Order: sequence, then C-alpha cells, then structure tokens
Amino acid sequence: MENLIALLIAAPLLGAAVLLVGGRRLDAVGHWIGTLLAAASFVIAVVLFAGLLGRSGDDRTLIQHLFTWVPVESFQADVTFRLDQLSMTFVLLITGVGSLIHLYSVGYMEHDERRRRFFGYLNLFLAAMLLLVLADNYLLLYVGWEGVGLASYLLIGFWQHKPSAATAAKKAFLVNRVGDMGLSIAIMLMFTTFGTFAFGPVFGHVTDASQGKLTAIALMLLLAACGKSAQVPLQSWLGDAMEGPTPVSALIHAATMVTAGVYLVVRSGAIFNAAPDAQLVVTVVGAVTLLFGAIVGCAKDDIKKALAGSTMSQIGYMVLAAGLGPIGYVYAIMHLVTHGFFKAGLFLGAGSVMHGMNDEVDMRKFGGLRKYMPITYWTFGLGYLAIIGFPGLSGFFSKDKIIESAFAKGGTEGWILGAVTLIGAAVTAYYMTRVMLMTFFGEERWKHRATAGESVDGHAAPAEHAAHAEPHPHESPKTMTIPMIVLAFGSVFAGALFTWGSSFLHWLEPVTGHQEGDSPLSTWTITSATFVLMLIGVGAAYAQYGRRPVPAVAPRGSLVTRAARRDLLQDDFNHVVLVRGGEHLTRSLVYVDHTLVDGVVNGTAASVGGLSGRLRRLQNGYARSYAVSMFGGAALLVAATLLMRAV
Amino acid sequence: MSAQLAAYSTSTGEAFQFWVLGTVAVLGALSTVFMKRAVHSALSLAGTMIVLAVFYLANGAYFLGIVQIVVYTGAIMMLFLFVVMLVGVTAADSLKETIKGQRWLALLCGVGFGVLLLAGIANASLKDFEGIGQANANGNVEGLAALIFTKYVFAFEITGALLITAAVGAMVLTHRERTERAKTQRELSEERVRAGKHVPPLPAPGVYARHNAVDVAGLLPDGTPSELTVSKTLRDRGQVRDVSAEALSDLRALEQRAEERLERTEIDSAPFKRTEEASK
Amino acid sequence: MNPVNYLYLAALLFTIGATGVLIRRNAIVVFMCIELMLNACNLAFVTFSRMHGNLDGQVIAFFTMVVAAAEVVVGLAIIVSLFRSRHSASVDDASLMKL
Repeated sequence: MENLIALLIAAPLLGAAVLLVGGRRLDAVGHWIGTLLAAASFVIAVVLFAGLLGRSGDDRTLIQHLFTWVPVESFQADVTFRLDQLSMTFVLLITGVGSLIHLYSVGYMEHDERRRRFFGYLNLFLAAMLLLVLADNYLLLYVGWEGVGLASYLLIGFWQHKPSAATAAKKAFLVNRVGDMGLSIAIMLMFTTFGTFAFGPVFGHVTDASQGKLTAIALMLLLAACGKSAQVPLQSWLGDAMEGPTPVSALIHAATMVTAGVYLVVRSGAIFNAAPDAQLVVTVVGAVTLLFGAIVGCAKDDIKKALAGSTMSQIGYMVLAAGLGPIGYVYAIMHLVTHGFFKAGLFLGAGSVMHGMNDEVDMRKFGGLRKYMPITYWTFGLGYLAIIGFPGLSGFFSKDKIIESAFAKGGTEGWILGAVTLIGAAVTAYYMTRVMLMTFFGEERWKHRATAGESVDGHAAPAEHAAHAEPHPHESPKTMTIPMIVLAFGSVFAGALFTWGSSFLHWLEPVTGHQEGDSPLSTWTITSATFVLMLIGVGAAYAQYGRRPVPAVAPRGSLVTRAARRDLLQDDFNHVVLVRGGEHLTRSLVYVDHTLVDGVVNGTAASVGGLSGRLRRLQNGYARSYAVSMFGGAALLVAATLLMRAV
Repeated sequence: MSAQLAAYSTSTGEAFQFWVLGTVAVLGALSTVFMKRAVHSALSLAGTMIVLAVFYLANGAYFLGIVQIVVYTGAIMMLFLFVVMLVGVTAADSLKETIKGQRWLALLCGVGFGVLLLAGIANASLKDFEGIGQANANGNVEGLAALIFTKYVFAFEITGALLITAAVGAMVLTHRERTERAKTQRELSEERVRAGKHVPPLPAPGVYARHNAVDVAGLLPDGTPSELTVSKTLRDRGQVRDVSAEALSDLRALEQRAEERLERTEIDSAPFKRTEEASK
Repeated sequence: MNPVNYLYLAALLFTIGATGVLIRRNAIVVFMCIELMLNACNLAFVTFSRMHGNLDGQVIAFFTMVVAAAEVVVGLAIIVSLFRSRHSASVDDASLMKL
C-alpha cells in the first residue's frame, strides 16, 4: 500500500509535464487531462484512506522511501514520503477540493485561449502541495513549499498582460520569500542542533536541545508560516493575489496553499510544545491577524478582496488554535478542513457571480441576484451560514471548538484570546452578511448601467454580453455548479460528521496529541455567547445594508473605514518602513561606499601607483644597470657568506 | 719547472717573476677596461693573457699554459680583432657615461666586491700547499688525459656537443638567407627614377673640396658639406670629417695675403661671415 | 713567496673585469672584460690545483676554456648580427625593455 503514495504526486506531476510540454496539440483536450489526473490522485487518496481506516489508530503511518537524494556524510536527505492521519487529511482535502476546482475551471476558463497552460499550472500546484504535506523531512517539505510558491506566482500572474496581475504575482513572490528565508534558516538550525531534519529524529530529540535554540527554530518556522499563510506581518500579498483567476483564489488562496502555514505549525507541534514563548507568539500572531483580516473584510467592496480578508481572518483562527498547543491542534486542522469546504464554495460562488456579471467584482454594482442565479445563491448562502457559524453547519462546530480552546488556555491569556475569538465571530458575521446582502439582495443596481468596461478577470467576455453593455445575469454551466453543490454539501455536513462521536479527534490524536483544557466557562455559555454575538453581527449588517439601499458609489466613510479599505495601511506601512527605509539605508551605504570604501581602495591604488611610478625608474632598460644590480647582489652574497662563517 | 718550485714556499725567482709579471697583468687588465679604442683593449687583454699563461706554467699547469697561448691568445683574441675590424670604430667607444650614477655605482660595487673577496681569501688561512709535483710525476699532459678520459669523460663529451652547438648557433645567427634575386643595375636605376630621389648618381667624395680623402664630404656650391658624398658605413660610424670651415679660413687667409700685397686697408668681410654662418 | 698571492691576483683581475663590464658601452669590450673574468677564474683554479696537489682544478680550468671559446663564438655572432641590424655595437642602444 505504501507504494501508492508516490502515485499521489506522480499523477498531477505527469499532468503538469504533459500539459506544459505538450504544446498546442493538447489545447482541445488539455483541461480534461488535467482534471482526470487530479481526480485520479483523489481516487488513490480514497483508496489509501480506506486502507488506513482498516488499521488501528497507532498503526496508521505509512512510510515510502523512494531514493536517497543528498548522501553527503552526515547530511543525509531522503526522498521519503510519510502518510499519517495528518497528511491523509490534507491529501483528501487537496485532491478532493482540487479535483472539484479543476472541474469548475473547465467551465470558468472556457473562453481563455491559454486554458491548457492554466491546467498545467493547477496540476503543478497539486503535485507541489502534495509533496509538501507528504514529505518526511523538512528539506523535502521545503521543495514542496517552494513549489507551491512557484505555482502560486504563476497562477496569480496568469493574466500577465494586466500590469496589476503581474505586480500582484511579484508582490506575492517577494513577500513569500521572506517567509521562505525563515523556513530555510529553521532547517539549517535544525541541522546544526539535531544533525538531521527528518521528522522522526527531530521530534524524538527535541528534549536534548536548549530552550533558546528551540525557540529560535520555532520562531523561524512561524515566520515561514506567516509568509505562506498571509499572517501579520507578512499578510500584504493575499489581497492582491485576488488578481488571479477565481478558481485559483478558491483553491490556492483559500482552501489549500495558504493553510500550509497551519500544517507546518501543527506538524512541528513537538518543537512548539517545547518552546512556550514561541507558542505565545503564534497565538498573538493568530489573534492579530484574525481581527486584521476581519476589519479589512468589512470595508472592501471588491467581493474577492472581502473574501480574501475573511480567509486571512479564518486562518488567524487556525494559527491561534495551533498556537494553543495540544489543546488546539486538532481543532485548528478541523477548522482548516471545514474552511476549505466553505471558503472554496464561497469563492466559487463569487466566481460564478462574476461569470454572470461580465467579470464585475464591485459588490456595489451587484444586488438582487438571487432570482437570476438560484444555484449560486443557494450554495453561496450555505457557505455563508457555515462561515458565520450558524448552528448545525460545519463552521459552527469547528469555530466554537477553537473559541472553547482559546478560553481553555487558562489565565489572563485565555480570557484575552477567548474575547478576541468571540469578537472575531461577531465581525465575521457582519462582513459575510454584508457580502451576502450586497450581492444577492436589495435593488438591482446593475440595471441601466454598463459594467466595468473591459473584462476585469481578463478572459474574453462571451459574445452575448460584450463590454460596456448592461449585464444579463445568468446561471453558470453545469461544470461550474456541480462543484459548488458538492462543496455546499461539505460546508453543511462536514462539521457535524467530524464532531459526531469526536471522530476527527480520535482520527488525528495519535499524530498531534490532544489534551482537554480547563475552560473557566462552560461549553454552553460559550456557544450561546457566540450565537448571540453572531446574531448581533448579522443584525448590524442588516441594519446597514439590508434596510437601506446600498449607495452605488462608496461613501467617504469614517477614518477607520478608509484605512480598512486601504488594507489597514499595510502597504503604506511597508512602503514607509521598508521601501523608504531601504532606500535611505541604500543611499547611506552608497555614500559610505563611495567615500570610505572607495576612498580606501582608490587611495591604496593611488599610492601603489605612485610608488610604482617611482620604482619604474629602476627599470630603465639598460642591461648595464641590471648588471650593476646583479653585481651588487653578488657582493652582498659574498658578504653574507663571510659574515656567516665569521659567526 | 721542477718539483721544488711547486712546493709550499716558492723560490725567489718565482717571487720576482710574480711581482713583475703580476704588475703587468694588472696594468693590462686596467688598460683593457679603460682604453678608448677596442683594438687597444684587445691588445692589452692579449698581453694579460700571455702573462697568465706564464703563471700557469709557473704553477705546474704546463698543458694549460700552452693552450692559453695557442687557443686563447692565438685564436680567440684574433676572433675579437676580426670583429673589431668588422664593426669598426663606433660612438660606443666613448668612455663618457650616459646612464646617471652608473659609473659610481659600478665603482662602488667593484671596490666593495674586491675588498670582500680579498678579505675572504686573507681570512681563509690557506697555508698548506701540497705542490703539484706529485700529481705531475707522470707528466702533466698524461695526468690531465687520465682524468679527462676517465673521471670527466661525460663532461668532456658534453663539452664537445656544446662546441658543435655553438658553432652551428654562430652560423645560424650570422647567416642571412637571400630570399629574392639580387636586383640588377638596370632595375636599381629604374627604381631610383620611379622614386624621384637622387636620380643622378651620388656625388663623389671630395668634389668641390680641397681634400680628396673618402671621409671628407664634398662641398656644395655654397660651401656647405654634403653628407651624401660619403660612404654610408662612414656616416653610420659618425666618421665624416668636416673640412668646410677649413676651406673658408684658407680662403680668408688668401684674401688677407692678397690685401697685404695690394696694400688695401679695409675690406668688408660680411659676405664671408654670411657664408660661414650658412655653413653651420 | 706564498702561492696564495696568485689568488689575490685572480681576485683583483676578476674585480677589474667585472667593473669593466659595468662601465663600458662597447659590446666587444664588454665581452673582453668577461674573458678577463674567466681567465681570473682559471688562474684561481690552477692555483687551487697546486694547493691540493691534484689535477682536478686544471681539468676544470680546461673546461672553462672550452666553454669560454663556445661563448665567444656565439657572443661575437650576436654582436655582429646586432650591429648589422642596428648599426651600433653599444649595449645601451639595445634598451627595448625601457618604457
């Protein structure tokens, strides 16, 4: 059974190779090849899952050693795959959601002439992501980590003819690079500390290392997680990443890749458990990002950017949970999976709306769409209910568990974290209700108005609604609605399924470990508090956007709103602190270089030159002068010989 | 020369001979260095070498003494004289120093080196001379032959190879291959006409001059000498004699005498002066 | 008289020859001075031969003469060809290494 693991990766990798190398010949069938290979990977995953279920809880780790990659003295890197419950969860999520989104893309990208290439990149992403979660050592994980970064870069900038997309791709790549540096430093530290970077030996020897080193490694891993998962302070790329096609936003920037940071923290749980200081930093980062993303999500009028803020916020929840240690690991992953379902569903819904609206993204130009696209409305609505934590839907179970765990942390920290997660729940309800109301309810603000001129999403607008024309909202084709329906099912039932009999807890516990915290509040208190706050959030949004007509042009808004529209000034901060600071640093360094370094170098050169100019006179070309030197030297030799004899 | 002469303390005769001939050798060496003309240097060196040959004989090296006279003084110095003849007298013969400080540095080094060498010899306390008598018992030439053809036979053979190489090398260095047919007189004259330079033959030396030696440049009508009239070799060596001023002064003396005879008091000598200036 | 005086004479001649090499510009005279230095060495060899009572020194002096002969042949050939190409026998004129 172990031998199947490599096939998981091989299938999409083969797809990527065939699609990217194959050329135009494959234009007609390329998208189906990509979808089939993704589905094949999913089938293999299901087979492996069934195999794992047939084993006992502690025996569910499969290791496949493929070959030795770097055999250098003590630096041994193997290409070895580890399939345990944690990886299995991710593999199912990645291949499952991935396959659905491949299917969705068949319809969504129908009019794009570079569709084959798009599917090649998607398959490449799947392969890299699977490699990331299946790797048995950090170096191999790093390969996958960089691979998903590359795929993300290629897909964000897929419509590279748009300067905004090209810039967004570059921004994502550069910001991720900061995080990647963190991961590489963490791996180097691990190698110097433990002499290896394979999971088993590292986690087994955690107790041998000093507290300081463990904290350093953990913080570097956190930096990597921040970069990949768009956590504060490396969050700025995610909003711009929405320049990519919507399926990409759904798969990479909502469901899978951005959760890689959470995976990294949970996978390295042993290290974090031994470094409480680092864990505290993890929870702080999670809490800050949770609120940050939520506030940004409240202010955006671009439907995808609002969802991006939401993603950031939800990953903040996961990171916070992961920072709680064994109390929260399982719930972090659980929320990750349910979030994968409903956020992917929401993004696909948004894509469907845009598909029907001439690729318009401004929610102020939507409104009353529920009549025109019922399936989208229903699936989006179920996703909406799931994310705000409507009782009985998946978000309710997973998010409540995180809130409980936050309180269970105990002490002042527990109260603060719990309060933050509760507020986050209220804000989530607010901004999601806002999105819902502005898109599907209210007056039809798109009537008698041309939409965004050229197609914002870049793919050629269908002939029936050309640019500058009034949009004719319509339901999307089957290839797009079917994935949305499947994901809606996931959004509704996944949470209940996982919580029923604590099945998810028992499934993951052997890998991540689990311990119940002692919450100062009872479960019922927390649940009802969450519910009440959610209702308040929904109510506030309804009061603002449901009862009154939504202005088609955004009002000026308060200072906070304006700041939030600018992503809470993240780019301004980066510009002022990093870019300007960097420029000043560079200028001063250039000055120092010119005056001091060049001064020394030029001075040395000038003095050597001057000295040479004087010494050159000795070389006058006359053989007799040279003969004098020789003769003088001979005289000195005789003198030296005589002196040595005398002594 | 008997065995006694080669003993530790030499005879009075040899001492006398050493002091007299040694002085001659040093004087010869000094004049080799300081004589202006290369021919004189060569002759001085030949003298020194002959003295050295006598010293070789006095030291019991009969074979070397004879070889010194026959090969060195007889053959090599003659070779020198041949080359001196080929090259001729050049400006390089001048003892005037052209490199700044070279002479003083050379003398300083020379004196320093000499003093050090002499001090070294004096310091070495070479007292016990065994004398050459024992070694020369079977004859000097036989003794040398026994050494050369046994102990030093390889060096001897290699020296032979060296000599052959040197001979071939000298030939290679001085031999010039003629790569094209020599030009005929007709071709040469046509070439000259085409170049438009010196279409008529070069003027003969001594024309319009009072001297007719080959190293005297002929005078042009205005009294200036023409270098073209002198052989190129002499010109290259800088051995052209300028007699134009002599001719003018002769002319002036003639005028003077004519005036005295004709009892004229004043004469305007300006035209002569002008000619004189022009000739310079 | 002590035969060591021959060594003093050899040293003196050698020094005179070396100084001559340094101060003369005519290549032929320079060559003669080199010959003088070689002869001084030969005198020293012969004297040492007498000092040690064997003929090895004389053999070496003999080889020196042979080498000197070879050297003179090549050296004079060089001077002649140099003179043919540069019309000068001055060692200072062949100063192409000067900047």
